[in-house]
Amino acid sequence: MAETIIDVKNLEHTFNGVRAVRGISFTVREGEIFSFLGPNGAGKSTTINVLTTLLPLQKGTVRVADHNVAQEPEKVRRSIGIVFQDEVLDRDLTVWETMEFHGRLYAIPREERRRRIDEMLRVVELEDKRNERTKHLSGGMKRRLEIARGLMTAPRVLFLDEPTLGLDPQTRMRMWDYIRQVNEAGTTIFLTTHYMEEADMLSDRISIIDHGEVIASGTPERLKNALGEDVVYLETENDAEAREVLDRLESIRSITESPRGLSITIDEDGSHCLPVIMDRVRGAGIGIVSVNLKKPTMDDVFVHYTGRELRDTGRTS
Amino acid sequence: MAWEFLTIYWREMIRFTRFKALLFSSLLQPALWLAFFGVAMSSNFDRFASAVPAPPGVFPVEYLTFMAAGVIAMTTLFTSLFGGISLLFDKNWGLMREMLASPIPRTHIMIGVSLSGMTKSFIQVIIIMVFGLLIGVHFFPGYTPLQIAVSVLGILAFVGVFSLGFLLFSSIISMRMESPEGLQGVITLLTLPLFFVSNSLYPIQAFPPLLRALSIYNPLTYLITGIRYFTIGSDFFAIGARYTYTPVDILISFAVLVIFAAVMYVLAWQTFRRAVVT
Ligand SMILES: Nc1ncnc2c1ncn2[C@@H]1O[C@H](COP(=O)(O)OP(=O)(O)O)[C@@H](O)[C@H]1O
Ligand SMILES: [Mg+2]
Repeated sequence: MAETIIDVKNLEHTFNGVRAVRGISFTVREGEIFSFLGPNGAGKSTTINVLTTLLPLQKGTVRVADHNVAQEPEKVRRSIGIVFQDEVLDRDLTVWETMEFHGRLYAIPREERRRRIDEMLRVVELEDKRNERTKHLSGGMKRRLEIARGLMTAPRVLFLDEPTLGLDPQTRMRMWDYIRQVNEAGTTIFLTTHYMEEADMLSDRISIIDHGEVIASGTPERLKNALGEDVVYLETENDAEAREVLDRLESIRSITESPRGLSITIDEDGSHCLPVIMDRVRGAGIGIVSVNLKKPTMDDVFVHYTGRELRDTGRTS
Repeated sequence: MAWEFLTIYWREMIRFTRFKALLFSSLLQPALWLAFFGVAMSSNFDRFASAVPAPPGVFPVEYLTFMAAGVIAMTTLFTSLFGGISLLFDKNWGLMREMLASPIPRTHIMIGVSLSGMTKSFIQVIIIMVFGLLIGVHFFPGYTPLQIAVSVLGILAFVGVFSLGFLLFSSIISMRMESPEGLQGVITLLTLPLFFVSNSLYPIQAFPPLLRALSIYNPLTYLITGIRYFTIGSDFFAIGARYTYTPVDILISFAVLVIFAAVMYVLAWQTFRRAVVT
């Protein structure tokens, strides 16, 4: 198993009486994409701010990249990159100057710095914009520039606070590609989002956070399967007979018959159960006309744990 | 030696030179001030001053030359007091987070900003001096080229230390303020008394005793003393008053400015160390 690169124990943070983070614990392993999924105001940014040393540690212990954020904040800063939730770009600097400034802040030697700027701008396809002032870039370009900037220091962990907030669907998909590329190149990613599919598509593991508390954690698959509500829609040549055959399977919770076929609710992972169902039905000499498996979505997971829908609510801090 | 502050300095200077119109006006404004205010007032003051002739043997100085030194000092004061606003924008636009989350030491952020402000003051001072000489200010009377060079260095030393003090002060206010209006308010509240309780535009000898006593606590007084010493000389007569400076006076004035800057540095350091910006 990979090493732990972020270790958070009982983290609490209060702003003048507002308990933004209420004792959360989690670990992130080196090399994975880890997501914090939660609605606005859940405490995601506050957690990132403590992990990146921008906010002082009030309560709990936090280790990032082998260093304690309270005791060795400078060492933590050297090992991380951040893309903030809201835009952090000097409107009047050019793309190249933005990168140059950042590289200098991290004291990357000149030659190396220039090389990495070229390389990163190529990766995010902004080479032809290098002398453009950032205020003239589109929203997606700005985000790509911020990601390129976060990456140019070759951090061990990259923090992305709602990286695709406010971007159109196409740009969002490309951003996901970049994030995957970066991760495949070896950077651990800590991501926050309130988009279900984003967490679902990108993450190795997810923690669902609400009102400053982690309410569920696991791989996207496990979180969804844990609901145990996979449904198989099965249409056969003889539904009544098929139902009798399947009634004896213990992983099946219930079967309802309708004119369009059988709806079979399954207790465990439907993708494992489906072949068994099909074997049984075929084994009994009943022909299958159509089959369809519906798994719960992250939305279902979220509703299950928080009792409410997660709606998209624009860019706020 | 750590040179990280150069990064901040570099960015500040890009900002300074990027907006040509703003750059141009910040360079032209003090010169215009000297031209219009100085030329207009000097005909008045000189007429009025001719009623009190210089004692025999004392070098007389016309008003334009006297007040040119004051314009240098005031320009430095204004520019420096506003210098910290860059930090306020960084803070309000979220840009400061990039710096605070990076390995650069916090002190270097304030040093970089302050040194760039100092550079701006140097440029303005040079421009005022050159422009003043063009419109008939009699700086460096009878000086040899070497004496002029030494005097210019002396002026820059005084201007440098003074501006650092006020730049750090401005940085402290900027870090504590929420909005540029707040900084503006503090500056307005402060510049008028600093300006009037100083000998920048008229002699302080005629002040009521209370104001004269207060002027001892005004850094501007010491800056002007230094500038007049280096631009005019150690013994001269202007608008009805005689000015004499000994080298010890000058050293003391410089020392006062250094202490002022050092105190501001410590206060600024404490402000920066504790600052939380998210
Ligand atoms: N600087 C602050 N001062 C006071 N309250 C804050 C501050 N930052 C965040 N909060 C509050 O803390 C809670 C969590 O906010 P945040 O961490 O930004 O949530 P998220 O990033 O998940 O949307 C919210 O109730 C928010 O209003
Ligand atoms: Mg947030």
